[in-house]
Amino acid sequence: MKNIFAVAGIVIKELYRRKDFYVLFILTVLVCLIMGSVNVFNDKHVVRYLKELCLLLIWVSSLVIAITTTARQIPAEREQRTLLPLLAKPLTRTQLIFGKFLGCWLACGLVLICFYIFFGALAASRDHAWPLVNYFQAAFLHWIALGVVVAFALLGSLVFAAPSSNSTISFVIVATILTLGRYLDAVALAQPEPFRSLVYAFYYAVPHLEIPFEMRNLVVHDWPLIGWYFIALETLYLLAYAAVFLVAACLVFRRKPVN
Amino acid sequence: MTSPRTFFLLLLALLILCFGLAAALLPRFAVYESRRHQSSDFFNLLLGDSSKMFANSFFVKADEYYHSGYYPTIFDNNANFKTPHVAEDTGAVSSHNQGGEDTSFMGPPRDWLDAFGRHFIPNRHTHLDEGGADEDLSGSDNVREILPWLKLSARLDPDNVTTYTVTAYWLRVRMHKDQEAEQVLREGLRNNPQSCEILFELGRLFNESYHDTDRARNVWELGVRYWRQLPLEEQNDNKLIFDQITTNLSQLEEKAGNLPQAVSWLQAAQTASPSTGELQKRIDEIKAKMAGPSPAPKSAN
Repeated sequence: MKNIFAVAGIVIKELYRRKDFYVLFILTVLVCLIMGSVNVFNDKHVVRYLKELCLLLIWVSSLVIAITTTARQIPAEREQRTLLPLLAKPLTRTQLIFGKFLGCWLACGLVLICFYIFFGALAASRDHAWPLVNYFQAAFLHWIALGVVVAFALLGSLVFAAPSSNSTISFVIVATILTLGRYLDAVALAQPEPFRSLVYAFYYAVPHLEIPFEMRNLVVHDWPLIGWYFIALETLYLLAYAAVFLVAACLVFRRKPVN
Repeated sequence: MTSPRTFFLLLLALLILCFGLAAALLPRFAVYESRRHQSSDFFNLLLGDSSKMFANSFFVKADEYYHSGYYPTIFDNNANFKTPHVAEDTGAVSSHNQGGEDTSFMGPPRDWLDAFGRHFIPNRHTHLDEGGADEDLSGSDNVREILPWLKLSARLDPDNVTTYTVTAYWLRVRMHKDQEAEQVLREGLRNNPQSCEILFELGRLFNESYHDTDRARNVWELGVRYWRQLPLEEQNDNKLIFDQITTNLSQLEEKAGNLPQAVSWLQAAQTASPSTGELQKRIDEIKAKMAGPSPAPKSAN
C-alpha cells in the first residue's frame, strides 16, 4: 500500500503543477459569472439555468482532466525512460497501475471539491439555500463515475499507441454513453434480430455513466434526496466496472515490454 | 542592376492594382455593412435562419423547466407534450396533447437497469406554478425559472407571437411583474404590429392588472379589427383568439353596464366559439337582465 500511495502522491503533485485544472476552473468561473450577470426581467433569484450550465461545465472539465491526466501517465513514463528505473525499485507492475489509478482518481476528487464549492457558492448567492447533502450525493457519484473513466483511460493507455488516440477514443465512448446510454434498450427494441441482441448486449455491457450524469437534473430542479440505499447500489455498480478495467489494465501491463 | 524606370513602372503597376482592388471591394463592403446594420443582433448574425430552430428548442427548454426536468426525449412517448404545457396553461394556444396530464410518458420500466436509473432522474409530473418538485405551493413563484429560456427564445425568433404572450402571462400572473410584462408585450408588438394575440394579452394586462378598462377595450377592439382583416384561412386557424377577445370584451361591457354591446360581442363570439350553447345561455341571461330594470351605464363606449 505504501508504494501505491507514493506513486499516487507523485500523480497528484503533477496535477497541480500543470495548468489544465487552473485554465478549466477559471473558464468555468468566467462563463458562469458572465451568464449570471444577465438581467432576467429584474429578477435576482433566477438560478436554475445557471446551476445547469455550471454543472455541465463541471462535468465537461472533470472529464477532460480525468482523461487527459490518465492517458499520459504510462506513455510519459515510457517516453522519458523512467518506467524501467521505477520498476527496478521494489514496486510491482500491479502496484504501479494501482498507484497511477489512485493518483488520478484522488486528483479528480480534489478538482471536484474545488468545482463543487464554487457551484454551491454560486447557487447560494441567488437561491439563499445550502442543500449540502444533495450536493454531496451529486459530487460523490460524480467522483465514483470518474473512477470508471480513469480506469478505462488507464487501460486505454496500455492498449492504444499514443495518448492522443487514447484520449479521443475515451472521449467518444464516454460522450456516447452519457448521451445515449439510457436509451440503448429502447433502440434495441426497434431493431430486427440479430442487431437487437447485439445492441442489448452492448447496453448491458457498458458502464451506465449517464446515471450520475443525469442526476444533475435533480440538483438543478431541487428534487428531494435520493435514498442512500440507491446511492450505495450505484456506487457498487460503478466500482465493479472500475475494478474490471483495472484488472484488465494489470493483465495487459504484465505482458507489456517496458522499453 | 535595375533601372529607376523599372521601379517607377512597378510602383505605377502597384498603384493601379490598389485602385482596381479598392474599386472592386468597395461595393461589396458597402453591401456587407448594410447587412451588418440590419442584423445587429449578435445571435441573428451568428445563427442566421437557424436561429428559429434554436428559439423553438429554448421554448421547449422552458417547458422542461416548468416540469422541473421531467420531460420526454425523442425516445419517449411525447403524446402528452406536443403542445408545451407552459403555453397551454396560459390559455394562449389550443392544445394538441392526448390523454391526461398525469399519464407518465415513461411507461413501465423496460428492464432492471431502466427501473434502477429512474431513481436518479425526475420521475414525477409536476408544474412549477403548483409548487414544483417539492409540491410546496408557497414556492409557486419558482415559475420564474422558465423566464431566461423564454427571453432567449424571443430574442432568437422575434416573429413568434406565442413566446411574448406566454412570457407576459407568467410575468403578470405569477411573478406580479406587470411593468416587465408590458415591456415584453410592447416589444412583441414592435416586431409583430398586427398580432391579435399580443393585443389580447395586453388588454388582459390593462384590465386585470392596471384595472384600466378603457385602454383594455381599445386594445381588444383593435385586436378584433386586425383579426377581421386576416384572410379567411387565417381567420379559421385563429378562431380561438377571436373567441377569447370577444368574450372578454362582452364581460367588460357587461361590467360597465353596456348590455346591448355585451350581447353583440357574445354574438360575435358565437361565430368562432365551439361552445355556442353556453354563449347563447349567457346572451339570454343578459337579454333577460335588459328586459328588467337595468342600471345606468357606468362609462360610455
